[in-house]
Amino acid sequence: MQQRLARGEAAALGELYDRFASLVHSLARRVLGSETAADRITREVFGYIWENPDSYDPKQGSLRSWVAQLAHRQSVHRLRQAGAASARDRGEDAPEPAELERQIRAASTAARADYIVTSMPAPLRAALELAYFQRRDYRQTAADLGVTEDEARRRLRLGLQLLSTAHNHQALPPARPAESPPSGPGPGRQP
Amino acid sequence: MNGPEEWDRRDPDDPHDPAAPNDRRDADDPHDPAARRAPKDPHDPGVPHGPGTGGASRSGGPPRIPSPRTAAEDDGPLPDATPPAAEPSPSEPPTPESEPEPEPSEPEAKPEPSAPEPATAPANAGSTPAPAPAPPPHRVLKSLLGAWALAACSAEETAAVEDHLTDCAPCADEALRLRDAVGLLHPADPLDLDPLLRSRVLEGCLGRRPARIPVPEWAAPYDAETAKLDALLSDMGEAEWQAPVRLRWFEDERAAERRTTVAGVIGHLMAVDGLVATALGLGDPLGAAAPHGPAGPDDRTEACWQAIADGRAPHATRMPWRDQSHTLIRTVSFAGHGVTELAVPYGGGARLPLRDAFLDRAFEFWVHAGDIAEAVDYPYEAPAAGHLHLMVDLAARLLPRALASRRRAGLAPPPQHLVEAGAPGRTLHLEVEGCGGGHWYIPLDSPGAVGTPDRTVAHIALDSMEFCQLAAGHVPPEETAAGQHGEPEAIRDVLFATASLSRL
Repeated sequence: MQQRLARGEAAALGELYDRFASLVHSLARRVLGSETAADRITREVFGYIWENPDSYDPKQGSLRSWVAQLAHRQSVHRLRQAGAASARDRGEDAPEPAELERQIRAASTAARADYIVTSMPAPLRAALELAYFQRRDYRQTAADLGVTEDEARRRLRLGLQLLSTAHNHQALPPARPAESPPSGPGPGRQP
Repeated sequence: MNGPEEWDRRDPDDPHDPAAPNDRRDADDPHDPAARRAPKDPHDPGVPHGPGTGGASRSGGPPRIPSPRTAAEDDGPLPDATPPAAEPSPSEPPTPESEPEPEPSEPEAKPEPSAPEPATAPANAGSTPAPAPAPPPHRVLKSLLGAWALAACSAEETAAVEDHLTDCAPCADEALRLRDAVGLLHPADPLDLDPLLRSRVLEGCLGRRPARIPVPEWAAPYDAETAKLDALLSDMGEAEWQAPVRLRWFEDERAAERRTTVAGVIGHLMAVDGLVATALGLGDPLGAAAPHGPAGPDDRTEACWQAIADGRAPHATRMPWRDQSHTLIRTVSFAGHGVTELAVPYGGGARLPLRDAFLDRAFEFWVHAGDIAEAVDYPYEAPAAGHLHLMVDLAARLLPRALASRRRAGLAPPPQHLVEAGAPGRTLHLEVEGCGGGHWYIPLDSPGAVGTPDRTVAHIALDSMEFCQLAAGHVPPEETAAGQHGEPEAIRDVLFATASLSRL
């Protein structure tokens, strides 16, 4: 895929979009809470990838996780920009910087959690889905999945353990400029 | 059942995933002292790996002996208090023990628990289930933490876990962590992205860096419509794939219909796309099920459905269909202008140049995606105006031939005048209003004649959606809501000819 993008194959760009647009859009929507803002992030992220296909390093992880990371960073970057802009506009009434950071962290954690859920092994996700969204107890979950009760308990616990790591995700400390979009303008540039 | 394997396989894939280091070897928190003990203590396996769970096949740790299911020796207050049965086992007479050792990674879990039984039997011998009132052992309570956090245990278990949390700090820590994690679960957002976003995003990208290998303009509607259908399918559950779908078209001067399922429609679309694929030298998606010799869309579809009904072919699914459509787009992108006029045989001697075949396919994708959406009660959007215009234009260009074949079939009177090829003849002015609309001048006397405003004998005006519904065979020509003016015979002919463009 990376080679095809680098070669300038429009069909590859379409396939990239088909594979990752919903991932990018939903992460952005979780962070920014707005459809329009998520549309914009989607344009920016795909624009960045299309213009900089070589910035993806397969050694650093899967294409999917890289795309998710770009979307996450760009969304948080925009959230922070919007927070700063509103702080300027509102002057004295602006929320405390600490409060803004708290909001940013919460949005970032929520997006990270979404990503973990969509990326976790399907059996774990299926167990969480049954127990949480379908309100099945773990014995019913086991029966629905055709596994032992031990296994159902294991999956629920492991799934939540994975999910809980979203809280550890401190990818975006405010003080580090390196955390803004990778290598210069990138997705930050807006046509 | 393949949880651990998948997880292990995934780790190297995603080093950014903060989840990975924590959970690579075990479900247990490495900070949890009880968990760290786990590998040594068969009574505290942390990750229960009973028979048939697949847990036994994890590759990280040393093979463990499945813990006995009876509660007798599990009743000790803490894992430490129970005799460490795993340690002695290697020192037991090795032969019976080492035999089953490699086995646990095999999928046949059933016989496995019985195999180590002799080794642990002495410990178990004569033991009977514990008296009921004793609280469940630590390992059971710990394994319940996930279910507890999700409120998915029985009332007794909930009470037992909560009692336990008051005097087990590691479990209490984990319990808090897991309960916080539950708060992070959100119902998945409905993923119906605005279908127009795709074209906006792609246009934006291509404006920043033009494609060196573009998708041909005439393939763009196909690209957009397949992507839109794919987005619809991606939201559908297994049950919806079997939802009944009614396919309607217009044949032999009357409405026809066929009942199938969503999977049947995808099979149909894939089978007909195979006409284009084989014309381009790509593999036939029907494989061995393909009819022998030249076959049109109907025969190919029947062959596909028959093969599925006989169990010779699997049900059509999203991925093979999607892969094929991506391959088609990619192939024509590379072939460029050289293939636009390549003839695609549609059976019965009918042919369409490749560029028109792609438009025809795009139209059919839209129509059938609409059928599917209706069957599962989802909304579905019409193509972008520019794409719709190309589709209407194709139908308008096909009309003179459709009129001629109606005359040949005796369904319409012979032409009133003979017109030389390339000369202007009697004309119907087709005015399509709304999104994607325009004006077309349809020669009525022969496909070779030229339609011209000067020779207009009739005028039809209708909305583009109505025109497409007519061309799809979803609206009978007699009931089409169209403004009409001029020769009634010509108008009737054109409306029927438009409906006759439809097919299964």
